Amino acid sequence: MHNLTIAQMIRELRQKTFSSVELTEHFLARIERLDSNYNSFVTVTREQALQQARQADARLAAGNAPALCGIPLAHKDIFCTTGVRTSCGSKMLDNFVPPYDATIVENYLRDGVVMLGKTNMDEFAMGSSNETSYYGPVKNPWALNCVPGGSSGGSAASVAARITPAATASDTGGSIRQPASLCGITGIKPTYGRVSRWGMIAFASSLDQAGLMTRTAEDAALLLNTMASFDAKDSTCVDEPIPDYTATLNESLSGLRIGVPKEYFGEGLNEGTARAVEDAIKTFEKLGASVHSVSLPHSHIAVPAYYVIAPAECSANLSRFDGVRYGYRCANPQSLEDLYKRSRSEGFGEEVKRRIMVGCYALSAGYYDAYYAKAQKARRLIKQDFVDAFKTVDVIMGPTAPSPAFEFGAKSKDPVAMYLEDIYTIATNLAGLPGMSIPCGLVDDKPVGLQIIGNYFAEARMLNIAHQFQQNTQFHDLAPAGI
Amino acid sequence: MEWETVIGLEVHVQLATRSKIFSGSSTAFGAEPNTQACAIDLAMPGTLPTVNAEAFRMATMFGLAINAEINRRSIFERKNYFYPDLPKGYQTTQLASPIVGAGYLDLTLSNGETKRVRIHHAHLEEDAGKSLHEDFHGMSGIDLNRAGTPLIEVVTEPDMRSAEEAVAFAKKLHGLVTSLGICDGDMSQGSMRFDVNISVRPKGQEKLGTRTETKNLNSFKFMEEAIELEIERQIDVLESGGKIVQETRLYNGDTKKARSMRTKEDSNDYRYFPCPDLLPVVLDDAFIEDVRRQMPELPEAKRARYIAELGLPEYDASILSSDAATAAYFEEAAQLSGKPKLAANWVMVELAAQLNRQELTIQQSPISAAALAGLIRRLDDGTISSKMAKIVFEAMWNGEGDADTVIETKGLKQVSDTGALEKIVDDIIANNPQQVANYRSAAEDKRPKMLGFFVGQAMKASKGQANPQELNRILLEKLGG
Amino acid sequence: MDRSEIEKLAHLARLEIRPEEIDEVATRISNVLALVDQLQALDTGNVAPMAHPLDAVQRLRADEVSEPNRRDEFLAIAPATENGLYLVPKVID
Repeated sequence: MHNLTIAQMIRELRQKTFSSVELTEHFLARIERLDSNYNSFVTVTREQALQQARQADARLAAGNAPALCGIPLAHKDIFCTTGVRTSCGSKMLDNFVPPYDATIVENYLRDGVVMLGKTNMDEFAMGSSNETSYYGPVKNPWALNCVPGGSSGGSAASVAARITPAATASDTGGSIRQPASLCGITGIKPTYGRVSRWGMIAFASSLDQAGLMTRTAEDAALLLNTMASFDAKDSTCVDEPIPDYTATLNESLSGLRIGVPKEYFGEGLNEGTARAVEDAIKTFEKLGASVHSVSLPHSHIAVPAYYVIAPAECSANLSRFDGVRYGYRCANPQSLEDLYKRSRSEGFGEEVKRRIMVGCYALSAGYYDAYYAKAQKARRLIKQDFVDAFKTVDVIMGPTAPSPAFEFGAKSKDPVAMYLEDIYTIATNLAGLPGMSIPCGLVDDKPVGLQIIGNYFAEARMLNIAHQFQQNTQFHDLAPAGI
Repeated sequence: MEWETVIGLEVHVQLATRSKIFSGSSTAFGAEPNTQACAIDLAMPGTLPTVNAEAFRMATMFGLAINAEINRRSIFERKNYFYPDLPKGYQTTQLASPIVGAGYLDLTLSNGETKRVRIHHAHLEEDAGKSLHEDFHGMSGIDLNRAGTPLIEVVTEPDMRSAEEAVAFAKKLHGLVTSLGICDGDMSQGSMRFDVNISVRPKGQEKLGTRTETKNLNSFKFMEEAIELEIERQIDVLESGGKIVQETRLYNGDTKKARSMRTKEDSNDYRYFPCPDLLPVVLDDAFIEDVRRQMPELPEAKRARYIAELGLPEYDASILSSDAATAAYFEEAAQLSGKPKLAANWVMVELAAQLNRQELTIQQSPISAAALAGLIRRLDDGTISSKMAKIVFEAMWNGEGDADTVIETKGLKQVSDTGALEKIVDDIIANNPQQVANYRSAAEDKRPKMLGFFVGQAMKASKGQANPQELNRILLEKLGG
Repeated sequence: MDRSEIEKLAHLARLEIRPEEIDEVATRISNVLALVDQLQALDTGNVAPMAHPLDAVQRLRADEVSEPNRRDEFLAIAPATENGLYLVPKVID
């Protein structure tokens, strides 16, 4: 059952091959049996899941149920879920049970999707290896001594291990695409504003975007149909028409113009990864696409600009965690100052504290212009690079991550080395563009991903491109040994 | 040495919206603690702000009223600091691109001079919650009902030179925002709060002295006291060879003392930056024109109208137009009585005195404008004399009914009936022959004074109810003989 | 980044750093700043800063009270409350 795609499950549920309760029970049993190997879930909501599955079965029996009714799904623990602990991977929120749902959680509840539980993540989504979680690292199902990527490492590993059919995730600098690449699955980060941020715990508000981890592009299209909505509660959510993302999956790629930025194939890129990506691009040529070299001349300043803007925003976003209204509070605070300092120091991990301090620095008197204002200007130049490139090509392709999954501890002592993990993904967040990662080969028996960057609100086209690739290749069907 | 005082104000004006600036919580005053604090106001993780259109409409109205440029594109920024009444750890405010640009207010001072106070800008921001200091085992309690109430902060140039000017500005501003209907003006509930920047310098010196800021003054009286006290303190310090330290001060209206709260050295680095959860607010001409059309009549225009159309003297018109509630009360009384000048007198003298005595606002007056108009009508049609009117007013104030009821029950009707008055006069003439003879033989210019005797007798005989004009006429006629 | 700068930053952020940790924190933050310092070489001439990825403008909401009183639910997840209030160590201003 767990080898089925969601598209297949939708058909089988309607043919009564199995019920939602049976499907849900199957995945719950897999989580309970296997997840001790991966640590990909921080909370499993068995009772609620079965309750939701029973309701879904009733809706399916009554007919006219939404497409996704009865499909199990895991949520990254960054999305608030009523009555279910939402930790954001942090000790700070280890006891936090929100009395409200994220809009995307509500959207899936509305359509009868069954929540299996909440997935592990880097603390407050800050990390590229899932090593900063308060709940311990997530292990990559392809190589248990390696990281799954981050920050959505739990979502990626659980989908790769087929203990959930799909998972929601979020991407601030590559947190969907990089773990999707490292775990050999499909990940999509929609255009900034396409999906509501309400109820998604903020890291860097102008960069954060919710998205999906699935096995196939078709499944991503099915899930995005429910996830994407206009939400007046999020001022940055865009009121643009939302297409049926499955409607155009089978369109031909003939005439598609693919741009390949030379800056994405320079120093630091693993040779095997480069070869797999180049081969994938050749596959597209066979499918009728043309390939064009493009330039994104400001690529080299994307990481520096990001590591000013994201920490600056996070330094303010995380000020609300003060031990007063919810979350961790230190024992016996002696003064207001003591309450703040100890609650925050004991509640936050090292990377989070580091980024808050870097952000404070970049915004502080005397440094604002040199850091924050400068980074905002760089951001415009980076966006303009893409706007210019999209004048001549329909889509941009390149590697998602510089190398396959690395071993635990390899980069965790050196923040800068870790930051370079997102060197190819960060620019799209700065520009607000949609991006995907799809599996395109194995290097040293570990998956590598092809990154597809689309124009604004071109999710349907990206999914069509990814789907056509998957119709003609088998990389997405590869599973870690023993799965 | 002669010193010159330089004063600038920062005024927090709570806008009279129904809901908060960034959430749909109620802004009503006086609710149980934290019952009007939603997930957004509490800065729950994952919550996001939306923007109340009414706050922008009101801020725009204010901008138009002070002749300021309205910024078509205004930006919200985060001002970062930790405080328990500030749940997000930052206040969402406007710094670089506030909604209202430079404008001014013209004040009329007590010596009749006009003084222009320039307003640097006014920006929109959210109010903070409240810390309650009564003892919870050595802890403070936090009520976040007020957190997120929309404010405009009005920042003046340092254009005022005395406590009198500063208070005149504050009153003018109070009258303006209440007339516009954008603030309830209730200072006891914190609807308007004043921060006063004060410095002194030797007269004739260009360079400004070091200033202090006295925060959170919430009455005109405290503001005046605090300014006078601070001017005195600064002059004392300077004259004894000391230096003014730039600091924030608090004035206690009960003890009439001020103290230092914090100095510039431990002031915060607020790390302002554009709020990434909110987008630029863009107002187009249609929006601004729409607001302009909805503008109620401003105090200036009211004043002019009272003079031109209602025939009020300049002084009356200024007083009655300065405050929206007073103006509304006066206009209703004037219209219903048809006697604007009488209505003006009653509102400014008898009513104002009573309200003052009992510390009531005009909205709390036990005598409605309609009821006062009823009293004025009886005075005007001669039913009662002005002396009686004061008695009737007193009774109305004490809840004894409307003017007609009081006149009836107290039997205060004025006697204007010619026959009855003639009878009284005839009796007096008959009973006082000596006085009548004296009067009649007196020189013409002595007579008015002597008439008083007869008036007094007649009044006594009529138990004070004789219509004085009518009585006079009859007395002159009969004595004149 | 010297120790006093780290201490100042930590205070701004209301974080407590143990004295024995300061040097390591300083080194790591310095490394990050060295990375972001690459920005200084960039010619940004007349480029306007960009705070949002899309050129969107703020929507305005009608002035309606839409939030019900949920105090009990919110207070239930707070660490310290009494009489409907959140408790903090004595505020002195």
